[in-house]
Amino acid sequence: MGSITLKNVSKVFGAHAVIPSIDLDITDGEFVVFVGPSGCGKSTLLRLIAGLEDVSDGQIVIDGRNATELPPAKRGLSMVFQSYALYPHMSVRSNIAFPLKMAGEEKAVIDKKVADAARVLNLTDYLDRKPRQLSGGQRQRVAIGRAIVRQPEAFLFDEPLSNLDAALRVNMRLEISQLHQQLKTTMIYVTHDQVEAMTMADKIVVLNRGRIEQVGSPLELYHKPDNLFVAGFIGSPKMNFISGAPAAAYQAHTIGIRPEHLALSKEQGTWRGTVGVAEHLGSDTFLHVNADGIGTLTARVSGDFGVTHGDPVFLTPDVQRLHKFDDKGLAIR
Amino acid sequence: MATLHTRSAARLMIAPSVLLLLAWMIVPLAMTIYFSLLRYNLLMPGMEEFAGLSNYTYFLTDPAFFQAIFNTLAIVLGVLFITVIGGIALSLLLDQPMFGQGIVRILVIAPFLIMPTVAALVWKNMFMNPVNGLFAWLAKLVGLQPFDFLANAPLFSIILIVAWQWLPFATLILLTALQSLDEEQKEAAQMDGAGAWSRFFYLVLPHLSRAITVVILIQTIFLLSVFAEILVTTNGGPGTQSTNLTFLVYAQALLQFDVGGASAGGIIAVILANIVAFFLMRMIGKTLEA
Repeated sequence: MGSITLKNVSKVFGAHAVIPSIDLDITDGEFVVFVGPSGCGKSTLLRLIAGLEDVSDGQIVIDGRNATELPPAKRGLSMVFQSYALYPHMSVRSNIAFPLKMAGEEKAVIDKKVADAARVLNLTDYLDRKPRQLSGGQRQRVAIGRAIVRQPEAFLFDEPLSNLDAALRVNMRLEISQLHQQLKTTMIYVTHDQVEAMTMADKIVVLNRGRIEQVGSPLELYHKPDNLFVAGFIGSPKMNFISGAPAAAYQAHTIGIRPEHLALSKEQGTWRGTVGVAEHLGSDTFLHVNADGIGTLTARVSGDFGVTHGDPVFLTPDVQRLHKFDDKGLAIR
Repeated sequence: MATLHTRSAARLMIAPSVLLLLAWMIVPLAMTIYFSLLRYNLLMPGMEEFAGLSNYTYFLTDPAFFQAIFNTLAIVLGVLFITVIGGIALSLLLDQPMFGQGIVRILVIAPFLIMPTVAALVWKNMFMNPVNGLFAWLAKLVGLQPFDFLANAPLFSIILIVAWQWLPFATLILLTALQSLDEEQKEAAQMDGAGAWSRFFYLVLPHLSRAITVVILIQTIFLLSVFAEILVTTNGGPGTQSTNLTFLVYAQALLQFDVGGASAGGIIAVILANIVAFFLMRMIGKTLEA
């Protein structure tokens, strides 16, 4: 079915290697998220898999078949674009039917498949509208509908939620996850938002400057980051990094401690500091503490921990959950 | 324009320009109508007398009139056909990334910047001339009898010349429209399995429809009154084979010195242009709304 393997895939634009060389295995039915800061090559990687860009070197194997030279339509993949890329002059029905029509399906088969897709995506009432008469979330669903009618080997999503407002994004995130449960088809999803990556993925691929920093399940990445980049990228708020003397005390070049693994006390603790800014979220409070001799640390405490700006506090790291890194930024285990 | 006061002030402000425009249009129109009702020949000055609608009768029953109507339509439709199809083809080519794109685009626009008289003379003397022309040379090169375009196919030759002049305009408008087509839409269609032809037919052409209507509208306005190209090449001939309505009115007034008849022809041309405009606006209204 929808297994995808990248072997030594590289992409060079002019003299600039966007992707030096990548090996990756995606098994059938997995929800894989490519995540990384903008410009890390995640979209390029997706477009290489889709066939919208030619690989400079290496091999892409889809479903056991070498697909490196195949045109996009022959790879059995479908894609949801960031701008949705709906055909503006066609009705929702024609938009969803378009790939089937191009495949030369019979009219009755097309009608049935379009109706099915519309039912799954709650679009039945909108089939005769034009895309511009729809809201952002509905357009997104039409784009997904157009992708699912072909029953592809795998779905590719290119930052599909970045044009939606925050509330809708949370909804659509859930809908896409549910869709994956229903269809059990391989999905590759590109995002720069680590929250999306953490919440949706079976497997996260963290990319930085065209290189894979780490591959693993969301919790693996959270608990056992391989290096400073992954440690800093996964988790919100960001992990605190401390280097110098306090780190040397733990035989490391740099130590990292997540805000949720710092215990705060008003009386005693390992490090002393004063409260800078307190962000109250209700259930939690994020405290930005100016720790003496260390710098600014972020700590998460429960919402009823009563401190304000300028108050002295003591911080104690949970030694079990301390991350240690050597001078190259790699994790020491 | 929220209050009554600002609204009436605004009306007062624009009144001078509205009046000026109205006078600009009404005075010549009224004079033309007035002349069209006179027996007014430049060879008989001082003999003007009221002639009723006889000028219209003569003009409308003139066999050259129907030929002129046909020729006018042939020029408009022929040029539109060539420029729209040629413009789409050229703009598709120019949209491809290629070496020297800037220079090529400027070269393509060049014909539009050449004056109609000059362009027509260049075509007449350098291309279509049966002795010295490029086409004659080409024909002789392959051993064929040179074809005298302007004598044997005058209307077609004029359509060709005018189309050559308007092709850059169509290309330019369609090229800009083409460049505004979303790249992701093309990629989506590619993923959906649409080949080059399907992408053109289902994606590019609908996207261009608005630009095509604009091209048709603007060109029709100008093509109804093609004149210079006819004057310097065929002079409406042979016979009236390449006379359009504009040229017929000119011939009536300045070759036959019949100002009355020419005015009647002018009024008829205005009426016909309005009929064309009416249908055109309806057609365009539909496309521009969508």
